[in-house]
Amino acid sequence: MAPVLRVDALSCRRGMRRVVEGLSFALAGGETLLLSGRNGSGKTTLLRALALFVPAESGTITWRDRPVSEDPDGWRRDVAWLGHLDGLKGDLAAGENIAAAIHLQCGVAPSRAAIVEALERFGMAAAVDRPVRSLSAGQRRRVALARVALAGAPVWLLDEPLNALDSAAQAELTAALTHHAEAGGLAIVATHTPLDLPNARRLELAAP
Amino acid sequence: MSRFLALIARDLRLVWRRPGDLGMVLAFFAIACVLFPLGIGPETNLLQRIAGGVLWCAALFAALLSLDRLFLADFEDGALDLLLAAPFPLEMAAVAKCVAHWLTTGLPLALLAPLLGVAFDLDGAGIAALCLGLLLGTPTLSLIGALAAALTLGARRGGALMALLALPLCVPTLIFGAGAVEAATTGEGLATHLGLLAALALMALATVPWAIAAALRQAGE
Repeated sequence: MAPVLRVDALSCRRGMRRVVEGLSFALAGGETLLLSGRNGSGKTTLLRALALFVPAESGTITWRDRPVSEDPDGWRRDVAWLGHLDGLKGDLAAGENIAAAIHLQCGVAPSRAAIVEALERFGMAAAVDRPVRSLSAGQRRRVALARVALAGAPVWLLDEPLNALDSAAQAELTAALTHHAEAGGLAIVATHTPLDLPNARRLELAAP
Repeated sequence: MSRFLALIARDLRLVWRRPGDLGMVLAFFAIACVLFPLGIGPETNLLQRIAGGVLWCAALFAALLSLDRLFLADFEDGALDLLLAAPFPLEMAAVAKCVAHWLTTGLPLALLAPLLGVAFDLDGAGIAALCLGLLLGTPTLSLIGALAAALTLGARRGGALMALLALPLCVPTLIFGAGAVEAATTGEGLATHLGLLAALALMALATVPWAIAAALRQAGE
C-alpha cells in the first residue's frame, strides 16, 4: 500500500541539543509504529514535532501527498494527541472533559451516548459524571484514551499511553489500537512496555 | 465560532466549580479599598480626590491575583497541548480565554465598584464614571495580564515576574480610568477619558492575542 504519512530527514532540537537527527520513515494506512529507545533518545521530541508543537529544524512531514507545513490545520484536524499529561481538568467530570476536548478538536460537541460508549471501551462508563479529581492516575489515563478514541482522527500520536495503566487497560489499549488499524488509521506510539501488536512496525531511536 | 464559545463555556464552568477563587479576588478588592477610608479617617474631601486612583489600583491588583490560574493550570495538566493540537487559531483561543477571564474578573469587579465608591463619598456622577471606566478598562487588563501569564509559564517565581511584566503595561489604562472618576467629580466631561479607555482596549485586542499565542507556542515546545 502507498504510504500516507512520510517523514523525510527530520531533525529537531531540544534546547541546544539535537535529539532527533535525519530521521525518515513512511507509514501506510492501517500501520502502527511503536517507538522505543532509552530515556532521552528523543521519543517525546519526535512526537511533539509530528504534532507541530516543536518546530522541526529541518526535514519535512508529508500527509496525503502534501507537506503539513502548507496546511497545518488540515493535519491537526486529522491528529489525535495524547501526551505525558492527560489534559484533563480535575474540576470537570470525565464526560465534560471529553466533550470539551472533542468540541475543540472536531468543532462539534459529541453526544452523551457517544461519550459513554467511548468510556465503556476503557471500562470507565461509570465515571462519566464523576469529577476527574476523584479518579486515580490510571483511571484518568483511561479517560484520556477514551478521548483519543472518540476524536475519530485517522492519526493517533500517543506518548507513553501505558503510564499508570494496569494490565487490563493494556489489553483494552491493544484492542483499541488493533481496531483503529483495521479501520485504516495510523498510530505512532512511544512506549517502554512491549505491546502485543504482532503487525506493528518498530523503530528504535538511538541516543544521540 | 462554535469552538470559541465552547472554550469560553469550559472556562466559565471551571470557575463556577471553584467559586472561592472569584470570591477571593472580590474580597481582596473590597478589603483593599475599605482600608483607605479607615486609615485616612473621615476626611471626605481627601477621600473623594483620591477615590479614582485608589479604586483603580485596587482593581488592578485584584485582577493580578486571578491571573495565575489563567494559563498555568492548562500548562500543568496538559490542556495547553490540546489547545496547541486543535485545528483552531491559537490567537482565537487566547481571546476566548481572555473573554472568560474578563467575565469572571473584570465584570464582577466593575459591578462591585459602585458599592465601594460609596465608602469614598463619591457622588452619582463619580460612581457612574468609575463603573463605566472599569467596564471599558478591565478588558485591557485581562489581555495584558494574559500576556504576562503566558510569558511567565514555566518560570520559577512566575507570580512576581508576572506582576512586574503586567503592571507597567497597565499604566495608561490606570491613568485614564482614574482620570475619568476625577473628571466626573469636578464636573468635566468624561467622554475623552472613556473614549481613550475604549481605544486602549481595542488596541490591545488588535495586537495582544498574537503575542499571547506566540508565548503559548513557546511554552509548548
